[in-house]
Amino acid sequence: MSHITPIAFAIITALTLVSAIAAMSLRHLVHCALCLAVTLAGIAALYLQLGAAFVGWAQILVYIGAVAILIVFAILLTRSSEAEPRPILSPYWGVGIAIAVLVFGVLAKAIFSSSLAGRLPPEKADPTVREIGNQLMTGYVLPLEVIGLLLTAAAIGAVIIAMKDSTSGRLASPPIVPEPAQKNARPETPPAH
Amino acid sequence: MISQDHLPLHYYLILSALLFAVGLAGALTRRNAILVLVGIELMLNAANLNFIAFWRYNPNPDSLIGIMFVIFSIAVAAAEAAVGLALIIRIYRHYHTINLDKMDSLKG
Repeated sequence: MSHITPIAFAIITALTLVSAIAAMSLRHLVHCALCLAVTLAGIAALYLQLGAAFVGWAQILVYIGAVAILIVFAILLTRSSEAEPRPILSPYWGVGIAIAVLVFGVLAKAIFSSSLAGRLPPEKADPTVREIGNQLMTGYVLPLEVIGLLLTAAAIGAVIIAMKDSTSGRLASPPIVPEPAQKNARPETPPAH
Repeated sequence: MISQDHLPLHYYLILSALLFAVGLAGALTRRNAILVLVGIELMLNAANLNFIAFWRYNPNPDSLIGIMFVIFSIAVAAAEAAVGLALIIRIYRHYHTINLDKMDSLKG
């Protein structure tokens, strides 16, 4: 068993990291969304490996089932599913990469200088869903209610934000006509810089 | 118990730090608003992985705080993704682009 775990960890880690890098660097947005789904599945596999079965399945249901699908819908609705011909990175991409490398360096230094670094897992039984449910309904009932309220508010808010204005929608459509003129005017400014 | 793993804790912490750095690099460098949101989701997942790893390596056998935190964090991340993508769709309808470099109305 102890021989299988490091190999499984290595495979899951490689898959997760490669797909995360692909999700952040591919040109085609639909491919990015698919790579994100693979990354989230890898993280769910790590949760299962760590003995948090409930969180692992919740991760698969919520992230792969809902968030990844939502992102695919957003990609299709904003018609960015075609590969972008322009450079996909912002002009300051070097600074962004440097900041990310710096953050990773600080985190790695903190991890390796910590006394927790080599700690091995203690023997303990995996929590059952019954225990988690008991905790949720007793000690964590107030956060649970607040999360329920938050999710309701977020769902209603998302619908209202994304909804077409039914009353002012037709009134608001004529002002969109000047927009292409602005759009045509804007690409001329970057070469001037 | 599914797996009696004997990997030291810092394996998971380093993986999580790498995922966080990848997400941060993507969120800072991509021009597409949807991919910035994807980068933020990656960073949230890296933090959740840290919570689960610390929970698993915690000597207290009865503590479920790590699991509870991740459950609530997943719920908040789902709400964040829904509102964020709704905002992106709204912005697309207004500007006809989701390229972040073109949304410079507030630029001084």
